[in-house]
Amino acid sequence: MKAGVLRERSGALLLVLPVLVFMAVFFLWPLWAMVTAAFVDDAVSKVLPRTAASIVSWNGQGVPSEAAHKALVQDLRAATDEQALGEAVRRLNSAASGFRTLLGRTIPAVKAASDPAQVDLLAIDPRWKDTRFWMALKEAMPPYTDRNILAAVDMKRDASGSIVLEAADASAHRLIMLRTLLVAAMVTIACAVIGLPYAMLAASLTGWKRSVLLLAVVLPLWTSLLVRTAAWFILLQNEGLINRALQAIGLIDSPLPLIFNRLGVVIAMTHVLLPFMVLPIYSVILGIPRNLMSAAQSMGAGPVRAFWRVLLPLSLPGLLSGSLLVFMVAIGYYITPALLGGANDQMISSVIAFYATGTANWGLAGALGLMLLGVTTVLYTIYGRFSTSPQVPGA
Amino acid sequence: MRPFIRFESVSKAFGSLTVVNALDLAIEKGEFVSLLGPSGSGKTTILMMLAGFERPTQGAIYLDGKRIDHLPPYRRQMGVVFQNYALFPHMSVAENVAFPLEMQRVPRAEITERVERALDMVKLKQLKDRRPSQLSGGQQQRIALTRALVFEPSVILMDEPLGALDKQLREHMQLEIRELHKRLGLTIVFVTHDQSEALTMSDRIAVFNAGRIEQIDVPQVIYDTPRTRFVAEFIGETNLIEAKVASVDNQVARLSLGAGLSARAHAGNGLSAGQTASFSLRPERIRLGASPEGSNALDMTITDCIYHGDHMRVQLTRDEFSLVARCERLAGNWTVGAPVVASFDPSDCTVLTQ
Repeated sequence: MKAGVLRERSGALLLVLPVLVFMAVFFLWPLWAMVTAAFVDDAVSKVLPRTAASIVSWNGQGVPSEAAHKALVQDLRAATDEQALGEAVRRLNSAASGFRTLLGRTIPAVKAASDPAQVDLLAIDPRWKDTRFWMALKEAMPPYTDRNILAAVDMKRDASGSIVLEAADASAHRLIMLRTLLVAAMVTIACAVIGLPYAMLAASLTGWKRSVLLLAVVLPLWTSLLVRTAAWFILLQNEGLINRALQAIGLIDSPLPLIFNRLGVVIAMTHVLLPFMVLPIYSVILGIPRNLMSAAQSMGAGPVRAFWRVLLPLSLPGLLSGSLLVFMVAIGYYITPALLGGANDQMISSVIAFYATGTANWGLAGALGLMLLGVTTVLYTIYGRFSTSPQVPGA
Repeated sequence: MRPFIRFESVSKAFGSLTVVNALDLAIEKGEFVSLLGPSGSGKTTILMMLAGFERPTQGAIYLDGKRIDHLPPYRRQMGVVFQNYALFPHMSVAENVAFPLEMQRVPRAEITERVERALDMVKLKQLKDRRPSQLSGGQQQRIALTRALVFEPSVILMDEPLGALDKQLREHMQLEIRELHKRLGLTIVFVTHDQSEALTMSDRIAVFNAGRIEQIDVPQVIYDTPRTRFVAEFIGETNLIEAKVASVDNQVARLSLGAGLSARAHAGNGLSAGQTASFSLRPERIRLGASPEGSNALDMTITDCIYHGDHMRVQLTRDEFSLVARCERLAGNWTVGAPVVASFDPSDCTVLTQ
């Protein structure tokens, strides 16, 4: 009996194994890589393990002991992996500028010396007297850091180790995150304003009219996002269809600025995300018994009051699910703002892409990604709460 | 006195399908009228036209002398109880009952008081903060009724309101609605396909078939003297007898039933000797005995006997002629195959027009 159950269970497990493997390789592993990139900071300690061990005891006052000098010399002589060494140098240089030239002079000299015990760092370069460099070296040693996650919210640790705000002009992550939320909110509102009446209209029709309305909203989902964005690029230009048409009918004299600004981004994103608003509302409205509206009318409610008191409140769960869905997808948008927005319309994803591919700052890219993931997770939890709450009970 | 509600040759067609055909119907104030018929007979469409959810294709509907068929539902002041109650799921019981009063712009304080009073009347005051989904079927039904009554509409329309309840609760609610009707003097139009419901509750029953009224009268007349074959078969059980009229004498027709049997029946107008006609004879009007009682007595044989608890259903035959009788218990020791005399009064044998 027990063995049978076990066999059944393992059989079931075998069936879901492909999806588990898929999830692990393409979802969990990248996620884990992102998290570690944000927190792990072992580029220096990996290359300079002896220095790491000896500099721990240094209290930051004066030049470190002879032992630390010796350890650094030994480490630099032992470092043969050029790529790892390069990464360590870059990491150190970002903490204390000038480190690159300092090491550029030090490393060949150390490697060329015949007896490592006779090497005097101060003789190679007097800057080794500067505690600033030793301090940077010490601070780069712990394998984990909160530097990236602080930088993601425009904060850093000052010399004494306490958390302070970054200088106002040094970083703009908060500004960009706020902008991302603002654009997502604008898109959500636009989708709600268009999507709610649209879904109600679709639900009130029958037959081919309903099919046409639903198809018009779902069809774009089957088209590539890039293609749709490119289509808007063409439509919104100064010489594009919309401006031409408006000029042709004499409504405007000069082209409206529809592209490379916030408006263009919101228009295109609203179009792309509209299905995520319409479909949840539509399905909720379909679940509302039709005789509720009849009942409201029989009790003296005209169409407007029946709408406000009955149809709208009963549609709210759909509106809420749709809004959260649109908002969640919108905050991760990258291509559309990049193509249709101006310099001041770039969203957090563009910044992440910039750090990841532009400057190879994987740590900061990971930290910003985590922040985005955090916001999305919170919203998703709210979404789950609302979409499982009891709606219209079956009659 | 002019009728309170009047349908004047009202027709309703959906596309090429005529659902209601040239209907004339008059309902008095304070009357409880049931529209009874099988599904598709047009009874619900008539109710929907009265409530204003459908517009007649032809004809006119009057309420208290005023033509109303062009008015939208929210101007008609009719309380409607829907099949599945149509309670608002996002409002509490009290809010549901308050809704029609709010729509009539009744002052706040008065609304609270009237809602309390109405809920008191159906003994559901303690549930006023619940949501409809937390109520049982019977409670929902009562709230729907209260909501339709609370704004004191001129007419209450009910569309199969008891259809979703189990038998016991249904019978209880029938009595409750009947009681409310009497106490408040309501005018009620009640749509149902349940003939026993119509019989127990109504002042008058209109029996519908294929968009027309087959017969409209008080329940007793509908049951005892159905006018058409459809009414006779739809309401209760009956023996349909095809017989040749041998002679008509002083409102009494002599019928030859076949198999050498003959009987006398009350002849309606227009029945003449030599014609063939259909008659209805209710099974419970047939008395079984060893010897003839009354003016009609047929010698038959018992071919089947089914026990129903409160009554027996007895199948009688003689050659190709057969009858079903219903009696409380079989006197004597008749068994299947035994001969028996079936007696009935001429007045219980009703002639039907087709």
